[in-house]
Amino acid sequence: MHLIEVKDLEKTYYIDSVQTPALRGVSFKIKEGEFVAIVGPSGSGKSTLLHVLGFLDRHTAGEYHFDGKTINDYSEEEIARVRNKEMGFIFQTFNLLPRTTVLENVKLPLLYSGVKESLWEKKARQVIDSVGLSHRLHHESSQLSGGEIQRVAIARALVNNPRIIFADEPTGNLDSKSGKVIMELIQKLNNDGHTVILITHETYTAKHAERLIRLSDGAIKEDAPVDHRLVAADHFTK
Amino acid sequence: MLIKYSVKTALTGLITNKSRSILTILGIVIAIAAIVLIVSIGQGAKDLILQQIQGLGSKTIVVIPGREPEGPSDFVNVFLDSLKEKDYKLLKNKNNVPGAEDIMPLVISSVKLSYFDETYQATILGGGDDEINNLMARIFDIFPDRGSFFTPQDVSSRASVIVIGDNVREELFGESINPLGEKIKINGRNFRVIGILPSKGQVSFFNFDDMVLAPYTTAQQYILGRKYFDRIIVVAKSEKVIARTVSDIEITLRSSHGITDPDKDDFFVETQADLVERVGFITNILTLFLVTIAAISLLVGGIGIMNIMLVSVTERTKEIGLRKAVGATNKDILRQFLLESVLLTAIGGIVGIALGVALSFVVSLILTYSLGLNWEFTFPLSAAALGLGVSAAVGLVFGIYPARQAAKKTPIDALRYE
Repeated sequence: MHLIEVKDLEKTYYIDSVQTPALRGVSFKIKEGEFVAIVGPSGSGKSTLLHVLGFLDRHTAGEYHFDGKTINDYSEEEIARVRNKEMGFIFQTFNLLPRTTVLENVKLPLLYSGVKESLWEKKARQVIDSVGLSHRLHHESSQLSGGEIQRVAIARALVNNPRIIFADEPTGNLDSKSGKVIMELIQKLNNDGHTVILITHETYTAKHAERLIRLSDGAIKEDAPVDHRLVAADHFTK
Repeated sequence: MLIKYSVKTALTGLITNKSRSILTILGIVIAIAAIVLIVSIGQGAKDLILQQIQGLGSKTIVVIPGREPEGPSDFVNVFLDSLKEKDYKLLKNKNNVPGAEDIMPLVISSVKLSYFDETYQATILGGGDDEINNLMARIFDIFPDRGSFFTPQDVSSRASVIVIGDNVREELFGESINPLGEKIKINGRNFRVIGILPSKGQVSFFNFDDMVLAPYTTAQQYILGRKYFDRIIVVAKSEKVIARTVSDIEITLRSSHGITDPDKDDFFVETQADLVERVGFITNILTLFLVTIAAISLLVGGIGIMNIMLVSVTERTKEIGLRKAVGATNKDILRQFLLESVLLTAIGGIVGIALGVALSFVVSLILTYSLGLNWEFTFPLSAAALGLGVSAAVGLVFGIYPARQAAKKTPIDALRYE
């Protein structure tokens, strides 16, 4: 069974009664454990697709099955639970809580998880350690570099051990050196068994994935395995 | 989300915008402080008045001439001369009013006193009994500390003797003259001072310091020139027989006055309990009125809270989106913002209560020391509890709209917000 299955997926924005189609009938399947890069120029609909897949937004037509169940069958509460337990998000703009420590930021998904409070600290420290930021536990985001902030965001995405990670231009706001570190980490997550869907407009970044879906003007132009996949040096495996 | 973390999150939100939070709750602080202050002063005033009424003793029943007033604005009093010597004698008869321990007629008037060149306007209170010693002193619980009270013989013989209050003594005689045995002129007639009351201030409705006490017979004959009484005071044997005694008094006086319809009574009977109830009612109404005015400021404070919470929701749109993206439900978000506004107003409430209590304590000190009132500071527990409850409720009511706005945001719109 596929983890994600979309068929003729459409998304149209209505702004002041003006229709703006962002996705015009997209179909594909993603197996558990895959690493898929969705690429395309600005305005191609790749972010919209990620938001729909990540339960952050609703599609307007077509079908979307997550874990064998169509999204329309999920209640409001279930959607929140899936976002909490099954999915992890990494954003281009990081989205850490301001004036909050690394540890507290990483704990955030645990607050809504139903996990026993006594385990929070241990789980958060574990994932912070896995992104190499143990020495930054009590620092606030204003005291961290961009690369470090994105690693905190990755730790936060991982803390509930989700099945799938959505990464929306995770290196977009970083210098190339920090970007490389982030891509190593993401590749490692995939190696550890997490399904990864990566959105990017950079060919170099996309080459870390094993499959590439190219979008243009809201439709799929290409869906193929990545040639000459880049395998990043693994700094984080101990 | 655990309530502990909700509170922590809410507190963090408030502390982050410290000065804004403080300014926002100022309205609540002032409103709650005003309410606590008003209730505390209202309670103090009520206690003071009740304490004065009860100075007359809880077993005291007062018979008053005239029709009973039907409301606060009903000042029409007719039959003011309806209580006569005959009525007094009938009430004294143990067969008519078996529950009565003591009965004393009372006349009251304002008089001008003179001693050589000194004059003083005072109140004369005529009372006493022609058989029982010191009845008047006993009923009002005030005994002369120099000289003596008038005797039953003084009452029966209409002796020209008076007992004077402390202010009267000071104004007419000063410190150098011993007033005992001196003669004071009232309406051209000389009255011998036989006793001086200690300074006592206000007791019940009377300020004995400004009074002259005389046998009622003397006062009626030589000073007032009339035969009727202004009050007849009856002291019941116990609190249990008060109701029965009141009804005995009414039956006796109706038959004496030839009245068959109680609606046409030319007298009315008032117990201390009636008076306590009436005064309590009036002070409560007054307090309620003032609290209502203070409550308006609470409303204004609440609108301030709503305004600031709406700003806060807008400012933290991205945070709301993030929380939803990592698994917060609409309910979680609603609860977070609601808790924030409730905490905000509850803190305002607590500060307001502390301020109100401190102010009412200061007021009680001022009243006690500068006005010489026997004012008792009481911690307004009910007002404090009410204040806390009301301020939290204000947070809930005025926080619900902003919190709903927050909860309604879709995660993607919130995350995209710039």
